[in-house]
Amino acid sequence: MSKYSMHLLVCGGTGCHAAESDAIVCNLRDELEAKGLLDSVQVILTGCFGFCEKGPIVKVMPDNTFYVQVKPEDAQTIVEEHVIKGRKVNRLLYKDPLTKEAVSDSKHMVFYKKQMRIALRNCGFINPENIDEYIARDGYQALGKVLTEMSPEETIKLVKDSGQRGRGGGGFSTGLKWELARKNVSDEKYVVCNADEGDPGAFMDRSVLEGDPHSVLEAMAICGYSIGASDGLIYIRAEYPLAIERLKIAIGQAREYGLLGDNIFGTGFSFDITLRYGAGAFVCGEETALIHSMEGLRGEPTVKPPFPAESGYRNKPTNVNNVETFASIPAIILKGARWYSSIGTEKSKGTKVFALAGKINNVGLIEVPMGTTLREVIFEIGGGIRNVKKFKGVQTGGPSGGCLTEKHLDTPIDFDNLIAAGSMMGSGAMIVLDEDDCMVSMAKFFLEFTVEESCGKCAPCRIGNKRLHELLGQICEGKGSLADLDRLKNMSLVIKDTSLCGLGQTSPNPVLSMMDNFREEYVAHVTHKKCPAGQCKSLMEYIINLDNCVGCTACARVCPVNAITGERKEVHLINSATCIKCGACMEKCKFDAIYIS
Amino acid sequence: MSKIKSVADLKMRRDKLRSASETLINATEPDSAIQVKVSMATCGIASGAKTVMEFFMEQLDRRNVVAVVTQTGCMGYCYAEPTIEVKLPGQEPVVFGFVDLKRADQIIEKYIKTGELVDGIIPVNYQTIDLKE
Repeated sequence: MSKYSMHLLVCGGTGCHAAESDAIVCNLRDELEAKGLLDSVQVILTGCFGFCEKGPIVKVMPDNTFYVQVKPEDAQTIVEEHVIKGRKVNRLLYKDPLTKEAVSDSKHMVFYKKQMRIALRNCGFINPENIDEYIARDGYQALGKVLTEMSPEETIKLVKDSGQRGRGGGGFSTGLKWELARKNVSDEKYVVCNADEGDPGAFMDRSVLEGDPHSVLEAMAICGYSIGASDGLIYIRAEYPLAIERLKIAIGQAREYGLLGDNIFGTGFSFDITLRYGAGAFVCGEETALIHSMEGLRGEPTVKPPFPAESGYRNKPTNVNNVETFASIPAIILKGARWYSSIGTEKSKGTKVFALAGKINNVGLIEVPMGTTLREVIFEIGGGIRNVKKFKGVQTGGPSGGCLTEKHLDTPIDFDNLIAAGSMMGSGAMIVLDEDDCMVSMAKFFLEFTVEESCGKCAPCRIGNKRLHELLGQICEGKGSLADLDRLKNMSLVIKDTSLCGLGQTSPNPVLSMMDNFREEYVAHVTHKKCPAGQCKSLMEYIINLDNCVGCTACARVCPVNAITGERKEVHLINSATCIKCGACMEKCKFDAIYIS
Repeated sequence: MSKIKSVADLKMRRDKLRSASETLINATEPDSAIQVKVSMATCGIASGAKTVMEFFMEQLDRRNVVAVVTQTGCMGYCYAEPTIEVKLPGQEPVVFGFVDLKRADQIIEKYIKTGELVDGIIPVNYQTIDLKE
């Protein structure tokens, strides 16, 4: 059908340096034209291959040849050798870092195994509003398997043996949690799915619910069978209307098919799921607060124990798991504990979904085996930092986590390594920061969020975070002192130690880790009253370069507070006491005479 | 649709769905129809995926191209929304990013009609597990 027998795909991702890619495309087309092949071979620019370290990249289709570090002058060789003679250009092939052998077919490249989709297996693949597509992809087979071939104890053992740890943040063993809920005897028990995804930059759970709602429903039923519950509840924030809509459709279809409801598969097991809406409070992601919110009470946490496994929803044993945790369960059941535990690191098994956000080229959703390094995630899959800026840090775990820096780039990501590095897994948001981000402002930004979201029940979190935020504000305005840095640290530690729930116990983490990793930046703010990243407005000073100023008066006329004085055709001056740092003068100046110090 | 009464029933249903490629576009068996999947998660819709999907449905029909257009969830390429995946019979699926109506038109005229690729291809860089027993 196609008039083209071969395609040359040239990476046009920002990482591959657009200019050079353009030259490669140009040269390839010229070569092909010279050989009269332009009608049968097509050259095309593509998006980022996510392999920027080895860029620019040229991929030849249909034989999947993957050329790395291609230079514009290689175009002739590629056309003459590969296109005409059908011989692969060995020196441009990707060499496997371990075996040092050239890999000719990109399907065998280790790189393509970096991302492995388990929780996201159906996302972007099936129509989430059609249960048939889920069934065609072995949907509900895992439920069938547990109900007919396995006892609840065997199911729990399988989940426990798989080594899966809760994806919501804490990293508690899923199987163990189920076991605890099973052990507590009660006439009623509940399975709750925590879909209250609330930290800035996180959208993993929403994407799973929007793309593959049935995987969560199926897993909840499996959990219900395992712990002895027949009621499931999904706590989802009302801010996720599309996810709610798709869940409703999915629940309706599953009921229609008899996959939810009474006597599933004729086994006598009954299970049904209802939705509960949250108003979008961050603290309701904490399981006790979530349960209170579902009961119609204020979304406030209570002290554990008692754990929900003993006394949760309506004081009955309740098992709460996160969306991503559930989404992986059917795969674990069908493929086995050994398979799952073969992926990942010693203490963190399986894969983890991350939401890449911030100053990164390929903002998006990825799923990688535990143990993948930050470098691989940010510079390979994520395509590197936007606008060729320098990488500064990455905030993992949202406002509860910490900031990792260049020295952590080669640390394998898993639950324990992140904690050791002063951060945490959290739900999987990664906010990438570049050289233009000020670490005092960033810490302030995250605290702003926690101050807003603190439920106010306990004093350390309610008052302490507010004070922390104020201190950071003062530092940003140049009113801080070295003693304030000690105060920040002490107060942070007290808040962590004395807060009632996870929100307060983790809220000072961004401050602590940013102060740890970027101490000199904090010191610059308090001793030199300077913001090295140039973000803190109060610490900036607009200055007129005496040599460039021609006295055109344009700046003085545009200044909203009349901070600029000077006669016509004479050098002007900015009064920094009056200046509000709006930048209008700099924008207006045609002679590049105004700069920021 | 009748209820699924047993696991055997579910397996039968699955196998039937896999072979019924005309109605079920994601069946893994080779299929004859041209398939267009539009990534319709919140991020995609916010970037205009709905308009793109409507365009494909309307225009493919108007231009007498027999194709199945469906929605799917997030493919993960948030930076390049709206994203779509096009699968021509017997070929590997191709993902296109930044699909506005102009590019959608090119995709129909060039890729779908003649097999000629257009700009905006997103190389797929992940593997998905297969649950098949």
